[in-house]
Amino acid sequence: MPIPESEVSWVEEARLGLWEQLYIPALIDGLKTTLGHMVKPKITEQYPEQEPKMPANYRGVHRLNRDAAGRVKCVACYMCATACPAHCIDIVAAPAPTEWQKDGREKYPETFVIDELRCIYCGMCEEACPVDAIELTTLYDLTGLSREQMVFDKEKLLSVFDTTTKAGTDPVRTQAGRLSVASEVPPSA
Amino acid sequence: MPTFDPYYTAIVIVGLVGGVLGVCAYLTLGERKISAWMQDRVGPNRVGPGGLLQPIADGGKFFLKEEVIPDHVDKVFYLLAPAVAVGTALLALAIVPFGATTPTPDPVPALPTTVAVTVDRDFGELPAATQQAPPSPVETFEQQQTEYRSHFNFVLAPGLDIGVLYIFALGSLAVYGVILAGWSANNKYSLLGSLRSSAQIISYEIPLGMSVLGVFLIVGSLNPEKIIHWQAVGGPADPVLSRLGLGTAWWMALFQPLALLLFMVSTYAESSRLPFDLPEAEQELVGGYHTEYSSLKLGLMLLTEYVHLVTTSFMVSVLFLGGWSFFGLESVTGNAIGDAVLKLLILCGKMVGLCVFAQFVRWTIPRFRFDQLMNLAWKVIIPLALLNLLAVMCVKQFGGSLLVLTGVNVLLFFGAGLMSVRAHGTVTNPKRPVVKLPPGLPAGVTFAGK
Repeated sequence: MPIPESEVSWVEEARLGLWEQLYIPALIDGLKTTLGHMVKPKITEQYPEQEPKMPANYRGVHRLNRDAAGRVKCVACYMCATACPAHCIDIVAAPAPTEWQKDGREKYPETFVIDELRCIYCGMCEEACPVDAIELTTLYDLTGLSREQMVFDKEKLLSVFDTTTKAGTDPVRTQAGRLSVASEVPPSA
Repeated sequence: MPTFDPYYTAIVIVGLVGGVLGVCAYLTLGERKISAWMQDRVGPNRVGPGGLLQPIADGGKFFLKEEVIPDHVDKVFYLLAPAVAVGTALLALAIVPFGATTPTPDPVPALPTTVAVTVDRDFGELPAATQQAPPSPVETFEQQQTEYRSHFNFVLAPGLDIGVLYIFALGSLAVYGVILAGWSANNKYSLLGSLRSSAQIISYEIPLGMSVLGVFLIVGSLNPEKIIHWQAVGGPADPVLSRLGLGTAWWMALFQPLALLLFMVSTYAESSRLPFDLPEAEQELVGGYHTEYSSLKLGLMLLTEYVHLVTTSFMVSVLFLGGWSFFGLESVTGNAIGDAVLKLLILCGKMVGLCVFAQFVRWTIPRFRFDQLMNLAWKVIIPLALLNLLAVMCVKQFGGSLLVLTGVNVLLFFGAGLMSVRAHGTVTNPKRPVVKLPPGLPAGVTFAGK
C-alpha cells in the first residue's frame, strides 16, 4: 500500500546559527555532559557480592502455600495444570484425609510436580488458582546439576514456601480465605 | 651530525618500545574505564585491585587464543598486514622526543676573512694579549659535539633534521597495513573498511602536514628538538611580548591555536579515533579491515591504533604544547638528573593527558558520516590551514609580532563559522535539494526518468 502524496510531509532541516556551526561549543557542551556523568554515583550492582532487590511481582521459582494449620493449601482442582501453556504441572489428586474434611477439604494433591525446565514463568498458574495455593516467588538464581533435580515435587515446593516466608522476601500475597469468592455459594438474596 | 652509541641506543629502544607498549595496554584499560564511568557503570574491576591487571589478562588471552587463518584469505598479504601496520607505527616513534632534549648545534659558520679589531672608546686599542684568534671551525665543531654529547637525550634518533617529515612519511606508509589487511581478507566488509580507511588517511595526510607548516616556518626547523627548544628557551625576541616584559619562551599553542585544533582533528582522523573511525565502524562493517584476524594478529592490529594515538599525542605536545617545558617546573630541582626525570614526567604527562582527552572525545561525540568527513578535510581544514600558512608567511616576511597570528587564527575560526552560516546549511553537511517524486509513485521507489 503506497503512502499517498497528500500524507507525506517534507521537513526542512533546522538552520544552525554561528554557535552551532563552530562545532567546538557543541563539543564542549557534550564533554560537560559526559564528564559530569563520570563523577556521578554508579548504578552497577556487584552481583555475586551484592544481591539485587527484586520487584515484588518478579516471576521466579514456584512455591506451594500452606494454610494456617500448615497443610498444603492446594485443593487439586487442576486449574493451574489446565492453564499452563507449557504443560509443566503434573498433579495426582486424592481424597483429603478425614480430619481435613471437617474444614470442607474434599481433595488434596497426592503428588504435585512442576518441571522447572519446561516452565516459561508466565504466571498463569498463579492467576488460575482459585485458592491462592500456587505462587511465583522472587527467587531468580535457580540452578541444578541434572534435569531430575530441576523437577520439583510437592515437598520441594512446600520447602520453597517455608524458606521464602522465613526469609521474609516473599510474604504471602493473597489472603482470600479457604476458597475464593468464585467457588462459594452466592449469598441468597 | 651526532654520533650514536650502540649500547645506549639499544637501551633506549628497549625502554621506549616497552614503555609505549605498556602505555598502550593501559590505555585500553583507561578506554574501558572512562567509557564505563561516562555511562554510570564501574568498568572492569575483577582482575587485580580495581581492575588494574586487566590489560595483562587481555594480553594473555590474545596469546592463548586459537590462531585461525581462514581458507579464503591471501596468505602472504594476510600475514604481512599486521607486521606492516605495527612496524610502521613503532618506527614512527624513533624521532619522537619523550623527555629532556637538547637541540643539535647549528653548522659552524666559516671563518671571517678579516678579523675585526675591537676598539674600546676610552682605552684605545685593547692589549694584544686579550685578542685571541677565533677558534677554527673544526675546533668549534668538536667542542659543540662534545658539549652536545654530554647531555642525555631522550630520543631514539637525536638530531634528525627532517624529524617531523619522517613521521608524516611513516604515517602514509601505515595505510599499507590497512589496505593489505582489507584486500587479503577476501571479504566485502574488510575491503570496504580498508577502502574507507585508505581514502580517509590519504585525505587527511594533507591537512595533517599543512596545519603544522606554520610551526615549521616560525621555528625555522623540522627538528623536534629545536621546536621544543624554541618554545622552552625562547626564539628571537618578539617585539610586542618583549616590550611587555613577558620573555620569549612561549608555547606554540599561543601563536597557532587554530593550527593546534586542525592538527588534533587530523591526528584523530589519521589514527582512526572515534569521531572518524569509519574504517572499523562496528555497526556497519562488522569489524572493518581486521574482521578476519584472530588471536595475536588481532591484538597487533588493535595495538597499532593505540601506538598511533601515543605518537600523535607526543607530536601535539612537542609541536604545540612546549614539549618538556612547563612554566619553569622542569628546572625546579636544579640538578641534571632530577631535571631529566622531571622533564620526562612532564612530557609523558602531557602525552597521557592528550590520550585521555582523545578518549573523552571518543565517548562524547558520534561518528561523522563519510561525506561529512571528506568535506571537513577538503572544504574546511585545508583552506583554513592554507590561510594560516599565508598569515605566517606575511608575518615572517614583513616582520611584526607573532601575536598577530593569534588574532588571525581566531578570526579565521570565526570567519569559517560565519561563512557556514551564510552558506545556509553547513559546509560539512551540504544542503541538497529535496527531490519530490512525481505523483503516483510510492515513496522509496526509484524514479528512472519515466
